[in-house]
Amino acid sequence: MKVAITSTGNKEDSTIDQRFGRCAYLVIYDTVSKSVEYIPNPGKDAEEDAGPVCIQLAASRNVIKIISGEFGIKIKALLDSMKVQMIMLKDPDIKINEIIEMLNH
Amino acid sequence: MSPRIKRIRKVLNPPPIKGFKPYGPETNNTQNEPVVLLYEEYEALRLCDYDMYNHYYASGIMNVSRPTFTRIYASARQKVARAFVEGRQIAIEGGKVYFDSDWYHCEKCHCDFNNPAKELQVEMCPLCGSKEVKDYDYTYEIEENTENRPFDTCICPNCGFEQPHKSGKPCRQEECPKCHSRMMRK
Repeated sequence: MKVAITSTGNKEDSTIDQRFGRCAYLVIYDTVSKSVEYIPNPGKDAEEDAGPVCIQLAASRNVIKIISGEFGIKIKALLDSMKVQMIMLKDPDIKINEIIEMLNH
Repeated sequence: MSPRIKRIRKVLNPPPIKGFKPYGPETNNTQNEPVVLLYEEYEALRLCDYDMYNHYYASGIMNVSRPTFTRIYASARQKVARAFVEGRQIAIEGGKVYFDSDWYHCEKCHCDFNNPAKELQVEMCPLCGSKEVKDYDYTYEIEENTENRPFDTCICPNCGFEQPHKSGKPCRQEECPKCHSRMMRK
């Protein structure tokens, strides 16, 4: 089972990015093999439609959950139709390794 | 002048069926035009009469104003009554809506999450695995807290005017207050 987390950097102690479409990095965490992959977001500085680009990236890795601060109005409808679970964490100071630890409950 | 654009209504659960057909000796399904009940009207009925929310709370869930909600609800009841009295079919379709799933809140890690598998009951938090989950409280959204919003800015390509980005509203739909051209993301 793969989970995507939006991140502000490509390190373990980077904090979660509160934005989905314009996050700096996308962290793909595999709960079975415990592998972590950092992918820079190609749509970070896009003028518009940054979200769908980011979704494509996540979809290409077959994630079933996405953790971010907030999801935009276009994103919610898209992810809903793709049956991907959205998790909103409104704490900008939480670190990536803390989230991964929580996922290993 | 063209009328103001309708706000898109949020629908949590689309109806499980496409409509209703009357039965009995006097019914002639082919003769009467069906009554078209819009998705938003179905949702208003569901929130008010099935989930027993008041109009104010339900309007927050559907992301419209309270008076608008009351109008949608009144129209829904009128249509259902007409179908009953005149023995017409009810077709549930159309309307200016978008679909959003049910949201939940975890008491332990304070995250909000949705449930893409609608038929399954939510039992534990997908993040921390605690059992302390409850339904998302929509009253927060009605009060519109803009404090913890992300820190993006929209910029006017024409005159360089900047303003904070409004979450959920594309920058292109924003108009520069100074020179009235379309804004874009900085």
